[in-house]
Amino acid sequence: MRTIIEFRNISKSFGDVLAVDDVSLTINEGEFFALLGPSGCGKTTLLRMLAGFETPSRGTILIDGRDITRTPPNRRPVNMVFQSYAVFPHMSVLQNVEYGLRMDGVAAAERRARAREALAQVKLEALEARMPDQLSGGQRQRVALARAIVKRPRVLLLDEPLSALDAKLREELRFELSDLQDRLGITFVMVTHDQDEALALATRCAVMHKGSLLQVATPADLYEFPSSRLVADFIGSVNLFEGHVIADESDHAVIDLPEHGARAWLDHGVGVSETVTVWLAVRPEKVELHKRGHGTPPPEIEGTPAGYNVLAGTIRDIAYLGSESVFDVALESGQRLRVIRPNLTRWDQEDFIWDEPVWVAWHAEAAAVLLQ
Amino acid sequence: MSAAPRETSWSGQKGAFLALLGPPLGWFLLFFAAPLAVVWAYSFGTNVGAAEIAISGTFANYARALEPLYLGILAKSVGIAALATLICLLLGFPVALAISFAAPQARIWLLIGIMLPFWTNLLIRTYALIAVLRDEGLVNTALASLADALGLPFAPLRMINTNVAVIVGLVYVHLPFMVLPIYAALDRMDRTLIEASLDLGAGHLRTMFAIVIPLAAPGIAAGLLLTLVPALGSYLAPDLLGGPNSQMIANVIERQFKRANDWPFGAALSFMLVYLTFLILALRPLLARKGAGA
Repeated sequence: MRTIIEFRNISKSFGDVLAVDDVSLTINEGEFFALLGPSGCGKTTLLRMLAGFETPSRGTILIDGRDITRTPPNRRPVNMVFQSYAVFPHMSVLQNVEYGLRMDGVAAAERRARAREALAQVKLEALEARMPDQLSGGQRQRVALARAIVKRPRVLLLDEPLSALDAKLREELRFELSDLQDRLGITFVMVTHDQDEALALATRCAVMHKGSLLQVATPADLYEFPSSRLVADFIGSVNLFEGHVIADESDHAVIDLPEHGARAWLDHGVGVSETVTVWLAVRPEKVELHKRGHGTPPPEIEGTPAGYNVLAGTIRDIAYLGSESVFDVALESGQRLRVIRPNLTRWDQEDFIWDEPVWVAWHAEAAAVLLQ
Repeated sequence: MSAAPRETSWSGQKGAFLALLGPPLGWFLLFFAAPLAVVWAYSFGTNVGAAEIAISGTFANYARALEPLYLGILAKSVGIAALATLICLLLGFPVALAISFAAPQARIWLLIGIMLPFWTNLLIRTYALIAVLRDEGLVNTALASLADALGLPFAPLRMINTNVAVIVGLVYVHLPFMVLPIYAALDRMDRTLIEASLDLGAGHLRTMFAIVIPLAAPGIAAGLLLTLVPALGSYLAPDLLGGPNSQMIANVIERQFKRANDWPFGAALSFMLVYLTFLILALRPLLARKGAGA
């Protein structure tokens, strides 16, 4: 894969605030790359430095191997879709889309043809004569998209592209965006605080926190193999247990969880010293619930020796969400655990009730071990 | 009618509505509409004694107002006011732009600076301008010492009692009326539009003409009117700063009411100015439409 964007040791401070702290990152041609993180993590600053609206305090940015760190925005081969869309209110839809081509001195006939083609790409060809105040939010978003792609940029930048739309429209546009990227083959770089959006759209994500990159990986790797508690917690929800490694072989490991008077069994070695504190991370949908009433013994878990990966608890709350139910389980240690069960049959949700004693259990391959 | 339920809308309560509207409406009728109506009636009257006017319904006063002498003064007034307005626009737009892009804490002080002259009486400010512009004034003294330092010959610039002084005075007095509405328009503008324009390949200058100025058009139109209309009826600046050849229409009107004691003709001239102002106000929607439809 060919590198298209390279951030080299980029830092940016505003006064005393360090917004971006020594970030190095490469993005490949044709990727749909997402910068993901909570507000204030520096992701927008990074995108704005790529667009040319901010200048890095330190470091260099390269596009196609060319240093563009100090190139003004109008001379960069990138175009941006703004969070507020920034559609020019005094120009029609067509004039908006033609604007960038007019600035490049493209002849009128070609300009019009290309603008119409871009409007067709976003299914807006019927509205070319409308003024922006006659458009819905979703339509304005499409104008902003068409206006950016008509210039055939090397990289398309998207700043929270779907955040201002309602849930239904967001889902619809999500599919359209990834479809559009497939068709155009342009590299997309998107900023979002919405992990679902990032997981659904991106081929690769960078998770940012306080100006630094925490992890850069594919959505599936971020979810299943998070590198830290912060990432595990930011992408989806996670149950964390603090403990120490007490056995570490090539085919299994055992982690002591002193707070819970229990031990966890993993189906792989972890290569971690016994003296350091580790955290066992288990996703809510990977935890099983079993009945515990009337002296029911702990369940047997396939591939795990008896007595491991099982904890006793009581259901404290149930949120029925239709496709699944979310259980809040109080463990005997006092820690709360989140368990998600898909409602596979129509009577399934009747199975567990409030204040019911349960066993919670997970498979040997279900948990990740985190060092930080 | 608004969609609000009748019983919750205070404007639907006749008593409350009249109680609130009554005093200002009465004030307006008694002190504005009525005197204006009297003057309007005078404009169709004839002098029959030293202090007696008969409302004869004659158009003679208007006929006289349309004589080349007076039309010429009216045209000159329009010219001077228009030139002053144009200078206000050229000076005021960059100022408004600079204020709207200043740091938020600095903005309030800059706006106070723009409005500061209003805290002084117009007459005093105009006399102060005389001190600046006269032959031995601040400008000429400064230029003289500069010429002296450079060893150049110097003759004082003749500014006072000329049209130049009148225009300087008008620009000085009316500049805030240009800056404030343009500032308000620029302040409302979404800044990401400028970034979007730069992002799409426009330089700063093209962004200014393609995005910023069209979007500030309503403010510019308001500023033009707020400057042009009062400048057209200016009395003090031409009276104190201008010479015998820089009389504007307000000075001629004043003479009719005072020295010439010809109230009917003065009234007719006054209403010529009022009609002209109406005409300019009628042009406003046209101006606004042109600005919005660029």
